[in-house]
Amino acid sequence: MAETDHPTGGEPPKGPPGDHMISESKFKKYWRANLNLMGVLLAIWFIVSYGFGILFRDVLDNFSIGGAPLGFWFAQQGAIYVFVILIFVYSAMMHRIEQKFDVDDDEG
Amino acid sequence: MEATVLGLPSTLFWTAFFVIGTFGLYIGIAVWARAASTDDFYVAGHDVHPVFNGMATAADWMSAASFLSMAGIVAFSGYDGSVYLMGWTGGYVLLALLLAPYLRKFGKFTVPDFVGDRYYSQAARIVAVICALFISFTYIAGQMRGVGIAFSNFLGVDITIGVIIGAIIVLFYAVLGGMKGITYTQVAQYCVLIFAYTVPAIFLSLSITGTPLPQLGFIGNTADGTPLLVDLDRTLSELGFASYLDGQKSMIDVFAITVALMVGTAGLPHVIIRFFTVPKASDARKSAGWALVFIALLYTTAPAVAVFARSNFIETVNESVYSEEVARGDARASAMGEDATPQWFYNWENTGLLEFTDKNGDGRIQYRADPETNEMTRLDRDIFVLANPEIGGLPGWVIGLVVAGGLAAALSTAAGLLMVISSAVSHDLCRKVLFKNMSDTQELLVARLAAVGAVLVAIYAGINPPGFVAAVVAFAFGLAAASFFPVIFLGIFWKRMNKEGAIAGMLIGLSITAAYIVHFKIGFSSVVLGVVALIIGIVLLIMHFGLKEQGDTRAMLIGSIVFGLIFLGGVFGVLPDFAIGTANQWFLGVSPEGFGAIGMVISFAVSIIVSLATKAPPEDVQNMVEEIRLPSKAAHVSHPGAAPAE
Repeated sequence: MAETDHPTGGEPPKGPPGDHMISESKFKKYWRANLNLMGVLLAIWFIVSYGFGILFRDVLDNFSIGGAPLGFWFAQQGAIYVFVILIFVYSAMMHRIEQKFDVDDDEG
Repeated sequence: MEATVLGLPSTLFWTAFFVIGTFGLYIGIAVWARAASTDDFYVAGHDVHPVFNGMATAADWMSAASFLSMAGIVAFSGYDGSVYLMGWTGGYVLLALLLAPYLRKFGKFTVPDFVGDRYYSQAARIVAVICALFISFTYIAGQMRGVGIAFSNFLGVDITIGVIIGAIIVLFYAVLGGMKGITYTQVAQYCVLIFAYTVPAIFLSLSITGTPLPQLGFIGNTADGTPLLVDLDRTLSELGFASYLDGQKSMIDVFAITVALMVGTAGLPHVIIRFFTVPKASDARKSAGWALVFIALLYTTAPAVAVFARSNFIETVNESVYSEEVARGDARASAMGEDATPQWFYNWENTGLLEFTDKNGDGRIQYRADPETNEMTRLDRDIFVLANPEIGGLPGWVIGLVVAGGLAAALSTAAGLLMVISSAVSHDLCRKVLFKNMSDTQELLVARLAAVGAVLVAIYAGINPPGFVAAVVAFAFGLAAASFFPVIFLGIFWKRMNKEGAIAGMLIGLSITAAYIVHFKIGFSSVVLGVVALIIGIVLLIMHFGLKEQGDTRAMLIGSIVFGLIFLGGVFGVLPDFAIGTANQWFLGVSPEGFGAIGMVISFAVSIIVSLATKAPPEDVQNMVEEIRLPSKAAHVSHPGAAPAE
């Protein structure tokens, strides 16, 4: 993603002091970055639960983790661990995206 | 003989001790966290720390069924139980990524608030209120029933009295503290319930697999070195039971149920409103993460407990020698030799959760799949959690703790639901639709009265559970998946989504899903048709009063009277009785529990088609959607000139 900012000019900032305007193109880039990140994480979300745990579990069950068939393990344990990780990864990466586009809520 | 404390059997003493002690704690917290304003009452003043909100969400989320029955459900259904494990956790990913931060930025009190404002429509708001009320009432009736059963089994009081005691406790802190009181009580309840769940599980894991972590014990080996899961699977098939690792449900049904539960979780109003309580949008994401951490602690322990408990049950109870002497309490099982039925079995037999009939008269307990030879005539699934402390050899007070944990789970969920009902009535229905010039003080009073009214209905439903309570999972999650999730998701991610699309999508998704569930779970009898007519009649009546000033709504009034008459006809049996549907008629082989997934797809399709066929939403609404997408309150999108619609 390019870091360039497109000042669209025209309108001065409105609202209470401390408010700032961001251009429409910058907003679109920010949103696109968010959607891309979301898409990747939701794909992982789908693969570990619906993929590993349901659709392809027979294939995965040929392997095992400890004493459990792998597909069965994903359906009852693994998917849940990945879900937790996904949310914290999203939270951290999204914060970086927001800071980059100056739309974070660190100041409220 | 059983040990006694202060003249009571020790288990009963410790149960009463923990139940009364924790109830006192909840009341104390409620007094400390009294709500003074509508902000406090509905959203705990928007200043709950994300980790605390995570704990509160976890307690809110995990009901008596999660606490007491989840391990048992998985123990009896094996792989099929995965739908609940994945379905009730995966929805938090959807919440954190797709809904929670944006709804928090939107910054109002309730889900109908969002629907009404985003779709600039009172009709959409009213439909959302009705959905929220219906989902929450179904759910709360089941919780109250759970509270009553826990009381009657463990403290020897009547179910009715148990329901009333539980309801009064919830009422006390919900009316006094609103969301603020509920939040901090739920934090305490989470601590009680997770401690009560994991401690016995750790000891059970140690005694069966030699490792203290249940999650590792799950993939561990038995004493002779074979993997525990493989061993259980083999033993079960020898006794004629279905395979533990394979499951009975078809793949498409497993898939559909998991979708319905995940999406339904993300669309449940009592879960969503928890994310209104944190200070800002980024905290809503973090909070969803913490909530899932706290939920996962229980949800990854449950399948391990399931394997331990069922293996242990077969190992120690099947073919064991049953002694009448021990059953009468004249002797201890430990004095009966190697093959004797363990002591805990006799203790739980007294509660009626276990029942043994010696069909072949050999004095031993045969546990089989075949109902002809099976001698375990009753084996309640909750026993797999309740008996764990004794199986793990823990002292009597741990059982008391487990009962207190089960009650904490039921009460915290009931309180969260009560909040949705109370805010839907006072804020969405009264303030926003019927009496627009109410003051904050009046609204707060109505909210408290609505909570009292809701508790009275919940008490009644807990004592005389209506038939649909048994179908609570299908109803609550299916309807949330087919109504709230699509309308909120599209409201955030598609600026072009308009009010026509929202109303059509919600109504069609909701009615098709509800009809499918009723047809296969309850059946459209004359009375059921009458009740459906009554609900439609009430909706039309509210629409009439709520939309009066926007145009002529006499047709709605007439409609509501007609449906009222149909209701009377249904109750008196004038309407036809349709037979209940059977499993071989399922659409694509999808069970009623999984139909929410199909309802959701229909709702999405209808919303998008109708939106595209009608005119785009006004520009200020489209700008509002952009604002919702920006976490910062200070950043705004500049629109030089008139921005064209997307």
